[in-house]
Amino acid sequence: MKHLAFAAAILSATAATAQTPELTVYTYDSFVAEWGPGPKVEAAFEEVCDCDLKLVGVEDGAALLARVRLEGERSDADIVLGLDTNLTAAAKETGLFAEHSVDATYDMPVTWDDPVFVPYDWGYFAFIHEAGTDAPKSFRELADSDQTILIQDPRSSTPGLGLLLWVKSAYGDEAPEIWEGLSDNIVTVTKGWSEAYGLFMEGEADMVLSYTTSPAYHLIAEEDDTKAAAPFDEGHYMQVEVAAKLAGTDQPELADQFLQFMVSDAFQSIIPTTNWMYPAVMPEDGLADGFDTLITPEKSLLMSSEDAAAIRDEALSEWQTALSQ
Amino acid sequence: MADRAQPVSARPGIGAAACIAALVLGTLAAVAWRAEPGGGLSAADWAAVRFTLLQATLSALFSVGLAIPVARALARRRFAGRSALIALLGVPFILPVIVAILGLLEVFGRAGLISQLLGLFGLDPIRIYGLHGVVLAHVFLNLPLATRLILQGWQEVPAERFRLAAQLGFDAPAMFRLIEWPLLRQVIPGALAVVFAICLTSFAVALTLGGGPKATTIELGIYQAFRFEFDLGRAALLSGLQILLATGAAMVAIRLAQGTGFGTGLDRSLRRWDGRTTLARTTDAVWIALAAAFLLLPLGAIVASGVPGFAGLPFVVWKAAGVSLLVATASTALLLLAALPMSAAIATGRHTAIELAGLLGLAASPLVIGTGLFILIRPIADPFLLALPVTALVNALMSLPFAMRILVPRARDIVERYGKLGLSLNMAHGPFLWRVFLPRMRAQIGFAAGLGMALSIGDLGVITLFADPDIATLPLQIYRLMGSYQMEAAAGGALLLLLLSVGTFWLLDKGGRHHAEI
Repeated sequence: MKHLAFAAAILSATAATAQTPELTVYTYDSFVAEWGPGPKVEAAFEEVCDCDLKLVGVEDGAALLARVRLEGERSDADIVLGLDTNLTAAAKETGLFAEHSVDATYDMPVTWDDPVFVPYDWGYFAFIHEAGTDAPKSFRELADSDQTILIQDPRSSTPGLGLLLWVKSAYGDEAPEIWEGLSDNIVTVTKGWSEAYGLFMEGEADMVLSYTTSPAYHLIAEEDDTKAAAPFDEGHYMQVEVAAKLAGTDQPELADQFLQFMVSDAFQSIIPTTNWMYPAVMPEDGLADGFDTLITPEKSLLMSSEDAAAIRDEALSEWQTALSQ
Repeated sequence: MADRAQPVSARPGIGAAACIAALVLGTLAAVAWRAEPGGGLSAADWAAVRFTLLQATLSALFSVGLAIPVARALARRRFAGRSALIALLGVPFILPVIVAILGLLEVFGRAGLISQLLGLFGLDPIRIYGLHGVVLAHVFLNLPLATRLILQGWQEVPAERFRLAAQLGFDAPAMFRLIEWPLLRQVIPGALAVVFAICLTSFAVALTLGGGPKATTIELGIYQAFRFEFDLGRAALLSGLQILLATGAAMVAIRLAQGTGFGTGLDRSLRRWDGRTTLARTTDAVWIALAAAFLLLPLGAIVASGVPGFAGLPFVVWKAAGVSLLVATASTALLLLAALPMSAAIATGRHTAIELAGLLGLAASPLVIGTGLFILIRPIADPFLLALPVTALVNALMSLPFAMRILVPRARDIVERYGKLGLSLNMAHGPFLWRVFLPRMRAQIGFAAGLGMALSIGDLGVITLFADPDIATLPLQIYRLMGSYQMEAAAGGALLLLLLSVGTFWLLDKGGRHHAEI
């Protein structure tokens, strides 16, 4: 009798799960971490969707795209969240993504009209240094100074690629010259952001490539105001993080609902203090205290995804040549 | 060679080796098969091959070269804390890469201990970044392993030989020529090949300490091909090249390592009468002190920076530690299941192919194995559900070459010493295995299991390719903490990892030789 009741309970439980639709979102690893946006986003969306939101973490943006390409049309994912504009051209080319139906007014320094990719947050790349020290005001000034920097490898890291495009969009054909100037300032090049930031915290260099929002983390989460971002005269290159629906999804309506939810207040208000980036749509309550202390670049730089894809290999080989001497 | 009667069967070992070869080469083929037509290797790839060979060769030579005097000193000295020191020697090797780098930089970095000391005298900080930095880091990671492997070679020499040497009044050169050189000749090629293979697949260490794109290794090329260009063909090609280089080195090593000829002993407890001059004592003390300082200072730095964050470690980190222990246990069981029969098979004389199969796991790029497994598993099961078993499997594969280096010499010795006796007593394979082989392998099994377990706990491995938010291993959780600015908690997690690795290693290693003096 007991066994029967147990079996019945299991059966009804499976029946219940079968009725609840499941939406699978592939994203990068730090998004799903306990202190990242993932858990809160999952709770908030499940409250309104009557579904089960399954977040899957895959290293970072580049690995995410590689994963989706590997799985191809039979991918289990319904949504991919966490690519940036440097990857979207390649992503679009795969033909694996479908157009979205999201309607939103974005609060970003650039206009956004991509039919496939929906932005959910953005930030500026910047060099972080100890507050109170004199930081250079441009790449040229940095190259002429004896300040030391830590950067990430563009071949394995998203910020590293961002820096490559930052120098390229600010200096164009003069980029190789800038890199040659910077080569004696670069302490080392790391595999990813964590390694570089960890080395910086150990005091291995004066500055590290990160985001203008990094000091906000130290200020808000650790009440530590000793970190600052250095404003550069050339302007700052942006990173816009986006999500898109897969064409092969078996939950197209739910996927659309998620993308629309993504630009709503419930999602956007989670982003600033969990992902430490600017929300794509400003939440009603604005940003947390501390964000107002951050630098606001006067000029925003961002290549279109097509330009970024077209110029990437050339910029990489210039970088390699200049730094291998 | 006609099949001679053997005390143990070689079949399970041959089977295990075949499974491993199929797994590694199968994953490589799976990646190559998914590849779209692409270009071959570029000039930059060949530059990466050259740099990889250079740094791996230098790292292997320095690691093993320095390990010889350290192992020799440890083999002939007895002092308080000796076994603790030997246990701690295993640690650098099992640390996650980033933790090891940070620890090393606390000593050798711009703001590290040595630079601060130099600063007191008004001198400039040292510059660690460059080829010398890469070699330094690889020596830090591999010197301990090489020391343990060579130390074990010393332990294979029967106590009676030292007694005889003392009776005959061998002086230091005679001791070297008749005992030390023959034993070194047997262990050094293998140790060189293993360290070379590890350094061949190095990526983050080489890049970070190499100071820039000059320090591009083949593994970084694979990473770039896979993620930056999505050129699976090139990734497979580069990975194949890596395997070729590692197996090439291993074949040279196997050819060079010739039999010992020390013969059998009666397992008397070891006493040493040599090396009693003041000069020998001083040299040994200096080597031990230098090695201990070089290895323990960075470890001390890791412990010191981990303490503040340790108490407040979030629950998920403890949970991840539990997952890691589970994965490591499964991985160690798999490791022994493959390594024991394979060493038995090698001991019966069919060695080259099996030894090479044992090395494959280390030579193949983890990224390619992981991706290949993903491609192979996906049609039949949900890869995310299999994240932990796959991680355990790949970790076992990676520790296999080390386990083999530990088990094979002893297995060979047992078969040589007792094989004929077993056959003449008409002992079947089973009883020989249970009554003679396994009990006499006990210390080596303990060491191999301890190393395998610790390696698995510390290895980030392929879990990043399959990770699920709810199941993470400890190294992955440490990376997640670092990825979200929580450096202090990450340092606390690294300390936990260090404690777990050392703890399990010590327990298993101790368990294996609880009555033996080593």
